[in-house]
Amino acid sequence: MSEHISSVKLYVGIWLALLAGTSLTVFAAFVDLGPFNTIVALSIATIKAILVVLFFMHVKYAHEKMTKLVIVTAIFFLFILLALSMADYGTRLWS
Amino acid sequence: MHNSPAATATHEAHQNPAHLHHFATAQQQKDAASLGMWLFLVTEVMFFGGMFCAYLVYRYWYFGDFGAASKSLAIELGAVNTAVLICSSLTVAMAVRCAQVGKQKAMVVYLLLTIALGLAFLGIKGIEYREKFVQHHVPGQASFHLDEHIPGHPDTPVNQQHAQVYFSLYFAMTGMHALHMIIGVGLFAFLTYQAWKGAYSPEYYTPVENAGLYWHFVDIVWIYLFPLLYLIDRHP
Repeated sequence: MSEHISSVKLYVGIWLALLAGTSLTVFAAFVDLGPFNTIVALSIATIKAILVVLFFMHVKYAHEKMTKLVIVTAIFFLFILLALSMADYGTRLWS
Repeated sequence: MHNSPAATATHEAHQNPAHLHHFATAQQQKDAASLGMWLFLVTEVMFFGGMFCAYLVYRYWYFGDFGAASKSLAIELGAVNTAVLICSSLTVAMAVRCAQVGKQKAMVVYLLLTIALGLAFLGIKGIEYREKFVQHHVPGQASFHLDEHIPGHPDTPVNQQHAQVYFSLYFAMTGMHALHMIIGVGLFAFLTYQAWKGAYSPEYYTPVENAGLYWHFVDIVWIYLFPLLYLIDRHP
């Protein structure tokens, strides 16, 4: 039995980072960045999601390597779903 | 012979009463349970992915109408709810940690805190939903009306049909998210009872760990819903 136990300090640090990210994304939404508003908002959301997956969901310390493969596969198929759908709907008005 | 896996397994089975005989080691049993939970979460990713895809398509088609409709949401309530969910993720992580180090009382307290934060989220969501009904921002209502103009075009009012598509997606996505929260609160109520009875120990806390994974996943869904629904067109 060699289960990794994270320190309380680490959890509180991640929690503070997530709260900071939330404040930052609300603040950034009120600044006119043109098309970059969406990119900034989704980038912050992705950083927050990565922090949750790696530390709160313990994937960084996962004993089973298959877990990481399963997650990468899920992201890949989600990407196919979104990208190929937009390749269709996004180009329908092209003549 | 003493170092063969079978010998080790028999030895370990005596140490850990939670270890089932068809797993070679207790670690393998844990890994199997965790992998199974992750596979379930993959199906959840694809389930929510379908709705995110629908959102993406309509946001692209009805760009201005979505921006205007998004502006009508209560950003303060959305931001507070994001913080509430992040706090609940911390309490879940702490509950799992307490299980790992064998602090039973603290685990029960953290699980109760998680339930309280989950209910707080649902309460705030309820206030927002009520506001939508009061303001006639519910799609399908005969009286539906969104009094906004297209961002950057003060003379062009929003297309009411397109705005209803936005609110349909808003209710579908936040509604499915809220349903997951309700299920999660139910799970944690059961886990609190079990933890209080002393069912979990550093040797066996798989249900706490897996419910935690589920809760963090639901948190991640909201981390994406918040900017996509509330923040897409806030700048002046």
